[in-house]
Amino acid sequence: MIEVESLYFKYPLANDYVLKDINLKIGLGEVVGIMGGNGSGKTTLIKHFNGLLKPTKGFVRIFGKDTREESVAYFSKKVGLVFQNPGHQIFSDTVWNEIAFALKNFGFEEEIINKRVKWALEFFNLTQYKDMSPLLLSGGEKKRLCLASVLAWNPDFIILDEPTVGQDFLQKEKLIEIIKMLITQNKTVIVVSHDVEFIWLLQPRLILISNGTIVKDGDCKSIFKDNSILEKCGITKPQLVELYDELYPLIEQPPVDVIEAYSMILKLLRGLK
Amino acid sequence: METLTEIIRFINFSFSYSGSNSPILKNINLLIEEGDFVLLVGPSGCGKSTLLRCINGLIPHLYNGVYEGEVIVDGEPVKNKSVNELATKVGFVFQNPENQIFMFSVEKDIVFGLENIGLDKTEIDDRLSWVLRALDIEHLRYKPPYELSDGQKQRVAIAGVLAMKPKILILDEPTSLLDPRTALEFISLLKELNRKFGLTIIAVEHRIDLLTNVANRMVVMDKGEIVFNGCLKDVIENKNLNLHGVNVPPVIALQNYLRNEGFIFDAFYLNVKEFSKEIKRRLLEID
Ligand SMILES: Nc1ncnc2c1ncn2[C@@H]1O[C@H](COP(=O)(O)OP(=O)(O)OP(=O)(O)O)[C@@H](O)[C@H]1O
Ligand SMILES: Nc1ncnc2c1ncn2[C@@H]1O[C@H](COP(=O)(O)OP(=O)(O)O)[C@@H](O)[C@H]1O
Ligand SMILES: [Mg+2]
Ligand SMILES: [Mg+2]
Repeated sequence: MIEVESLYFKYPLANDYVLKDINLKIGLGEVVGIMGGNGSGKTTLIKHFNGLLKPTKGFVRIFGKDTREESVAYFSKKVGLVFQNPGHQIFSDTVWNEIAFALKNFGFEEEIINKRVKWALEFFNLTQYKDMSPLLLSGGEKKRLCLASVLAWNPDFIILDEPTVGQDFLQKEKLIEIIKMLITQNKTVIVVSHDVEFIWLLQPRLILISNGTIVKDGDCKSIFKDNSILEKCGITKPQLVELYDELYPLIEQPPVDVIEAYSMILKLLRGLK
Repeated sequence: METLTEIIRFINFSFSYSGSNSPILKNINLLIEEGDFVLLVGPSGCGKSTLLRCINGLIPHLYNGVYEGEVIVDGEPVKNKSVNELATKVGFVFQNPENQIFMFSVEKDIVFGLENIGLDKTEIDDRLSWVLRALDIEHLRYKPPYELSDGQKQRVAIAGVLAMKPKILILDEPTSLLDPRTALEFISLLKELNRKFGLTIIAVEHRIDLLTNVANRMVVMDKGEIVFNGCLKDVIENKNLNLHGVNVPPVIALQNYLRNEGFIFDAFYLNVKEFSKEIKRRLLEID
């Protein structure tokens, strides 16, 4: 459980607060999306979720423990954070070692390490690169490597900052599949993203941030129907919600995926034939 | 009729990085004309960024490897020109904005390139205020790069390149870090530069729904080869695009399903408004 209570934060040399009075509870087994304009404070907020940043005022507790009381390493074991920029995360000489690195640090046994690394490489289509330097991977591949490294140590909370950057259709589908699988294992996945189409497919609990405060925390479907709040946060509509807007009341709900949209439209066209 | 002029041409071109065991680009033949707006797509790792590096000369001048065939930019082979010479013609926005911002403040970063090409002070000021406004980063003007959010960095990187007023603009996933509203605004800026000033644009983008209404050509790559190349409207109709890793926008996928089911449409609708209008028109007709 992550609990955020009256959190205010400002960067050391800055005058203004970047986060203002954030209150939030995130439990296990949830999918949470975080959206908001550039510079609204999303990355700053999630860096509080593993103790990387500490509140200027207020509290962040992870499984009941105040983030000021333990090291980042302690919290990282429970909360895995995958950064937007893979460059900040990749340090090892080979792809294999990159994934093994944290596992070794957390003191797993050799045999388990090997198994986990193998699994992660295969799952993310990276096996062919295992002996290569991570620096030579393409942007999308680097991104998958970061994800693989974090999932390999099996944290309870997985936080992804802009996970769809550089990812093609198949990788995005896979990402959704992974997130769904993690949820069935009662893990929590928190996704920060500007990709409205991806967020719509995930159908998460959605948190909208504007100018350092939470302006909405609720169900994705109802938020995407709320024009004024979307306008305020600079968020555009996914195509399937646009379709609903255009065709309402011919269709009564926004379809969650293309298959559903297809069957709705088919019904319309057939029903009246 | 407009006469079209060639601006970029790949001729029987192949490339492999030294150290990679198979070719990354294989027998590429590609002609891009002045004023084209090309959407380049394909699965992660297929060689898109590599192809772009061949246009601005990073390959072969900064990356070693096996270089076969020819890449011609603005009438001259890339291999005969220095990266600096090319940089005055080809603006390049990298996939990762951090590879692009060096100076101690946003303003200095933008001005640096302009001073380098010897522009006078008034021209520099004009361009600076234009891009600061165009990308809505006036409030960040005196900030150092390490104090910027990821999307803010991307905006600054774009601003720096636009200010140079290149003839060819290359964008490697330029909207990936922009928030949705800014992404839309940026795309309409690109459209304007393309339509009004004939700027040639090549953009790699996975969120292709953003570009389907503005690009005129689409090139699909897979495993180092070009698999489709043509007018965007024709290429996007292809039913197998998702097999090549392309994020087919929902409204396009929907039409593919309906066509499969035997429904015939006069046109291929690229946006939801037009598509919905057509559906409503049909329903009235049936009534
Ligand atoms: N190290 C830092 N020092 C000072 N200010 C910072 C620092 N990092 C970020 N900021 C500022 O804090 C604000 C919030 O930044 P943050 O990175 O959290 O935004 P974000 O919502 O993740 O944006 P984006 O969508 O662009 O990634 C921005 O105004 C940014 O300029
Ligand atoms: N500097 C390099 N040295 C060796 N291999 C590289 C280098 N850069 C990229 N590659 C490899 O070339 C392939 C294509 O990469 P890239 O052009 O970045 O793909 P894309 O942009 O389509 O995702 C990838 O398999 C990647 O691992
Ligand atoms: Mg961010
Ligand atoms: Mg790339």
